[in-house]
Amino acid sequence: MNISRRQMLILLPAAAVAWESVLAGTPETSPNYQMSEHWWGMLIDVSKCIGCGNCVRACQTENDVPDGHFRTWVERYNVADEDMTEPTVISPDGGKEGFPVAEEDGKKYFFVPKMCNHCADSPCTQVCPVGATFISPDGVVLIDQTYCLGCAYCVQACPYGCRYIHPQKEVADKCTLCYHRITKGLTTACCEACPTGARQLADLKNPNDPIHEFMRTHSVQVLKPQMATGAKAFYNDLDGSVR
Amino acid sequence: MSGVEGYMYPNEITLYWSVLIVLYPYITGLVAGAFILASLERVFRVEAVKPTYRLALLTALSFLLVAPLPLVLHLGHPFRSPEMYFTPHDTSAMAMFGYVYMWYLMAVLVFEIWLDYRREIVQLSQSSKGLLRVVYKIMTLGSTNISERSLALDEKVGWIVTLIGIPSAFLLHGYVGFIFGSIKANPWWSSPLMPVVFIFSAMVSGVAGVMLLYMALTKLRKQKIDMHCVDTIAMYMFYIFIIDFTLEMLDLIHRIYEADESFRSLNFMAHTKLFFSQIVVQILIGTITPLVLLFLTQVVKLPEIARKRIYVIAGCLAQIGIFAMRWNVVIGGQLFSKSFLGYTTYKMALVTREGLLVAIGLTILPLFFLWVLVKLLPPWPEKNTGQIAAAD
Amino acid sequence: MSSFKEAKHLFHFAGLFVLAFLVFLVVRHYVVPKSFGEYGHYRGAAIGDIASRPVKFAGHQTCEGCHTDILDVKSKGKHAHVNCEACHGALANHADDPSIKPVLPDTAVLCARCHTASAAKPKGFPQVVPAEHSGGVPCQTCHNPHSPAMDAGGAK
Repeated sequence: MNISRRQMLILLPAAAVAWESVLAGTPETSPNYQMSEHWWGMLIDVSKCIGCGNCVRACQTENDVPDGHFRTWVERYNVADEDMTEPTVISPDGGKEGFPVAEEDGKKYFFVPKMCNHCADSPCTQVCPVGATFISPDGVVLIDQTYCLGCAYCVQACPYGCRYIHPQKEVADKCTLCYHRITKGLTTACCEACPTGARQLADLKNPNDPIHEFMRTHSVQVLKPQMATGAKAFYNDLDGSVR
Repeated sequence: MSGVEGYMYPNEITLYWSVLIVLYPYITGLVAGAFILASLERVFRVEAVKPTYRLALLTALSFLLVAPLPLVLHLGHPFRSPEMYFTPHDTSAMAMFGYVYMWYLMAVLVFEIWLDYRREIVQLSQSSKGLLRVVYKIMTLGSTNISERSLALDEKVGWIVTLIGIPSAFLLHGYVGFIFGSIKANPWWSSPLMPVVFIFSAMVSGVAGVMLLYMALTKLRKQKIDMHCVDTIAMYMFYIFIIDFTLEMLDLIHRIYEADESFRSLNFMAHTKLFFSQIVVQILIGTITPLVLLFLTQVVKLPEIARKRIYVIAGCLAQIGIFAMRWNVVIGGQLFSKSFLGYTTYKMALVTREGLLVAIGLTILPLFFLWVLVKLLPPWPEKNTGQIAAAD
Repeated sequence: MSSFKEAKHLFHFAGLFVLAFLVFLVVRHYVVPKSFGEYGHYRGAAIGDIASRPVKFAGHQTCEGCHTDILDVKSKGKHAHVNCEACHGALANHADDPSIKPVLPDTAVLCARCHTASAAKPKGFPQVVPAEHSGGVPCQTCHNPHSPAMDAGGAK
């Protein structure tokens, strides 16, 4: 199923929001936004990803992500049918500038965009000693960078490698699911920049969100389900070799 | 990126827990182990180790004072560390550190040392001069009552404190193991055995540490080493070491037999990047060699001089082995990718905030604290009576 | 009450403890941020701080408010689902102040990024070997980037 632009407009009330109100405001004061009415996640369609790196670049632009660190990145898998437990994976500079051209070699190729899974039972927020990282009432794992000690315990606790210590700020840093955008009715920078619709922001509390229909009709999986983190980045067409 | 083999998630290439985090469990381990040795005499009435009782307490205190320093120094924002006391997160093992540490420092160690030394402190506050007199006066906390009955009361309270201190020492170090053992994302760490292994290795390093300090300080003071005491300590060290080694091997065999999804990656690491520090230093040099040496002293009747030398060698090797074990846990746990597809390299800096020089400094600092404490509160009975006699 | 007298020093020690704890409570009262615990074990105001960060991608809805002519062309072509800033880059500053003119993307780099043939791309995705396909001729010579199909009237 393709999520059409018409549906996207229903999903995102941004059209109704004037640009001025988009530019500023907190979730409480933002028009049309109530934290209790949302539960955010992401739908990632592996079969649509072309490895262009648009999402990585958009994220770095939108969020001033330091070089060599990634809030989102893209991996290219190359899997032989005889041993899918040992895939060859590359992610040159997080896939920021795309990937080298792959030649047919009898093996399976595909791209996998990665990002924070905004887990509902997140191991990273569990271990934070001071309450500097937390799950917001609308289901986004955020970091209070004015409160973070920079102990890096959360970096160790994330099974997906989504966190890093910001080299200048010396605090933990990660994907915010573009919280400053989604609370203003916009989609995330990576979704906005994705040319194929391989990434779709999803509001699991919104009954009109196409995610519900999609989840009912597709084989959807999360990364490392054995970790039981309640991951909310849902992958369509995910190969078993991906970890 | 240099130093990377195979595939790492891009954010995993940098290691965030450096040599300082290796030092931290090593130092708290020495504290817990030294305290357990002290409790042998106090609670379990092993009279043979009495000459080391006070030294063990002072050693525990001086290392405990340094224990949080490597942690605080590695923080991106060290001055925010009081947040751990103000808003401790109840689901975080690390948050409990502040409270367990404070409890152990004040309610157990300082209190027990104070009770045990109160008589000397009061006497010294009257006999010494100048600044020292003021220091001792403050240490009396405004009470000069050293009557028979009050000292007998101190003895009873001290016994209870030690009794509480044993589980506290286990808690202090067991929780350090839990910090690592509870991380389900990391198969190298995630194991319920981790806290237990940490406690027993802590006891080995602490007991060996106090034994070495006792022998060295006695030599320095040109006194005779109490061989009965050292023999007893070595015997306990041997038995604890066997338990520690058994647990570590159990963990290893379990991993090899289960061979779960992470096994190929971890097994490869143990044969390459960790081969020297794990197989050679930790297991062969740091565990099996001292175990064999100590075993010899238990079954063969060796002359005193040979036993002394063996104890020194075994004690030093045990320290190296336990340090290597901390290294392999902390650094080893970050060398492989959580995708199990690649490995990175740890490059230790020399002069940065988390560099080698700071680590060496932090290792020496407790010895300096110990020197001050030994000067202030002499743990030697003979010397004490001499001073008191002179004061009278 | 003589046993109490003999234990006086113990109460001195305990008193120090209580005093330190009281000081701790007072300091804690002043140091912990006011909004801490508003929603959970964290500083509630942090949510607002994060939400008020500036936006750099304006979002296609904003672009379409003015560029209705482009929208008309684009919505009929194969790039209908490609958002403006996927190719043009982040342009919130332009949306904010239209006198800031964005730089036109270089189609040789831009188109190739998605459409260069690679065994790793999904099979149904249109892809070419640029050197064979156009021999260095700029893409927009034949294709309108807003509606690239040559038979759909979008081509020049």
